[in-house]
Amino acid sequence: MLTILFFAQLREQLKTESFDLSIELPCTIDDVLTGLVEQNPKWAQFIQKRTLLSAVNQSMAEGNHTVIKGDEIAFFPPVTGG
Amino acid sequence: MSNTLNQTGDIYVGVQQADFDISNEYNLMRKDNQEDGAIVFFTGLVRDFNQGNNVTGLFLEHYPGMTEKALHDIVLQAKQRWPISRVRVIHRIGQLHLADQIVYVAVSGKHREASFDACRFIMDYLKNQAPFWKKETTKHGDVWVEALQKDKTAMNKWQQE
Repeated sequence: MLTILFFAQLREQLKTESFDLSIELPCTIDDVLTGLVEQNPKWAQFIQKRTLLSAVNQSMAEGNHTVIKGDEIAFFPPVTGG
Repeated sequence: MSNTLNQTGDIYVGVQQADFDISNEYNLMRKDNQEDGAIVFFTGLVRDFNQGNNVTGLFLEHYPGMTEKALHDIVLQAKQRWPISRVRVIHRIGQLHLADQIVYVAVSGKHREASFDACRFIMDYLKNQAPFWKKETTKHGDVWVEALQKDKTAMNKWQQE
């Protein structure tokens, strides 16, 4: 089980700030995205690899980043602070 | 909101709802500092016109924990790249109003060139890598601010130098 966090517009679109995903570990960030859509088909329109950023344990991570048990995973739109 | 990272030596990173006072901040850069010949600082404010017309306010969402970590990492990169001394970064979160201060970056160093460059570098990286999101309040409803290519280009320039 992996807990995934969502922020900003993505959180509003998915109507939740987190999701517990059943997935075999280790896997990659791309696998996590695929798993999220498989288990929530309605999310397909919002979960697009090209536009979303991802973080593993609070550091930015690419799609091929390995995810292991206990990792904190988050997805969010490009950032707009400053 | 308090910061969970160690405020090591000459680095301070703050992510907070509260406003900050520039004169206090400036004094902290100067206090007991006889080595530095330059202090450069930048302040970002809420303005009334952006991507949405007639902006009346701004809500700043963030990723608690990662924001502090990302800002700290950016400051460390700047410290490795330039001979600078003190760095203070403050970013506000929550509901802000027109003309409110949003962000503050201050850098001190022996010479102005490194301090100017490092201050700009920190802002350019913050814009692209620190997990904050702005939602503008307008007369026509709330609008999430879109990330701009020009901000990405500004960061990428530092990678080419």
